[in-house]
Order: sequence, then C-alpha cells, then structure tokens
Amino acid sequence: MTKEDYKKLVSKHTPREPKLRNIVVAFFVGGLIGFFGEFIIFMLQESFGMSKVIAGMWTALIIIAISSILTAFGFFDNWVNKCKCGLIIPTTGFAHSVTGSALDYKKDGLITGLGANIFKLAGSVILYGVISAFILAIVRVVIGV
Amino acid sequence: MNFLNAFLFAGFACAIAQIILDNTKLTPGHITSIYTAIGALLSFLGVYDDLIVKFGAGATVLISNFGHMLYQAAIQGYMAEGILGIFSNMFTKSSAAIAGAIIFAFLVSLVAKPKN
Repeated sequence: MTKEDYKKLVSKHTPREPKLRNIVVAFFVGGLIGFFGEFIIFMLQESFGMSKVIAGMWTALIIIAISSILTAFGFFDNWVNKCKCGLIIPTTGFAHSVTGSALDYKKDGLITGLGANIFKLAGSVILYGVISAFILAIVRVVIGV
Repeated sequence: MNFLNAFLFAGFACAIAQIILDNTKLTPGHITSIYTAIGALLSFLGVYDDLIVKFGAGATVLISNFGHMLYQAAIQGYMAEGILGIFSNMFTKSSAAIAGAIIFAFLVSLVAKPKN
C-alpha cells in the first residue's frame, strides 16, 4: 500500500464533523438560552416589579450562577462538547470558562493554581473587550459627538 | 412575540459562531473575543441599543453584550468626567457579570472536587 492509498484510507474512516447538525444544535441551544433569559426578565418584572435594566442584571447573574454550579457538577463540559457555540457564545460560556479554569488548576494551590489561572480563558474576552471599547471611545471623542 | 425574537436572535448569533468554528482554524477563545469586539463596534455605531429593544434578552445574554456595556460605560464616563472617566467608569455596567463570575467560580470550586 502506498502512502497515498493509506492517506485515502485514513480520511475515509476519520469521522467527519456533522457540520449541518452542529449549526442546528447551536441555533436551538443558543436560542433556548435567549428565550430563557427573556422569560426570567419577564418573571422578575411581573413578580417583583423591577425595571427592565435591573431585571436584566439579575438575569445575567442567575445565568452565571447556574452555569458555574453546573460546571462544578461536571455536566457542563459534556454539554459544551455537544452544543459548542450554543453554550459558548452566551454568557454561559464566560462563566463556564472562569469556573472551569478555577477547578482545573485548584490542585496547584489557591494562589499559584486557582488564583493565577482563573482568567486563563476568560482573560482574552476581558482584555480585547476593554481594548476595543477604549479605542472606540477615543475615536468617538476625537471625531466629536 | 418577544420570546420568539429573543430565541431567533440568540440562535442566529450562535449558529454564525458555529459556522466560523467549523470552517476556520479559529478556537472558541478567538470567536468569543471577536464577538466581544463586534459588540463594542455595534455599540459604537449605535446599533446595539436597537438590537436590545427588538430582541431583548436575545441580545443581552450574548457575550457581545459585554463589549456593548464596556463601550457604553466608557462613553458615559467621558461625558461625566472627561478622559479620566473612560478609565474610572469602564467596568461600571459590566461589574455584575465580572464580579458574579469570579465570586461564583471561587465559591463553587472551593466546594467541588476537581475531576481527574
């Protein structure tokens, strides 16, 4: 068997990523989180008479708390593998990455492990969020409002 | 109707991210960072507030909302205190999300056993 044949054989048997299914799953899972968020905002407004902004903040906190707890119980890693972007793009992904790094590096100690690595994945989101917000704010200041 | 809009928009954003993830070499870390920057850019263009009005939580549960909050806080800081305000106000709106993520992650990881 030549190298080429072998390559063909390997590529034939490598499981292909079901791209279309991934997209549909991401759509439904992400959509459900959006729906769930809207539902909590609605419930908080109705039952506690909160303003929309306050209810939105509580909703973000609730979603973050739920995903942290689910990550700690170990459910979330499997779900992220299956749903991918459906869970990564909403705030759930941010909370998952912070809790996930905290758990993974806890064995190295509270300071050098957990403390040093808690923002290992979420750090890039905060960094580039702040940098882009800063640059755009400066641009707006320079061009005038 | 609000619920349907929220579902459709959040789903749409996640589906786009999934297409990028499957067809390029970008990692989830790249994509979340890009989404955050896009959120700040849409906020700069004045689009993000309209998205929130139309799609409600569909727009606010996404990571791009983080960029939106950072930019809006920075601009409001500038209006109130000038250049210093950009620095001192940057995190005011997103504080709940960041503090929440840190506090819950810490408490939860103290209690939970790390898996092997």
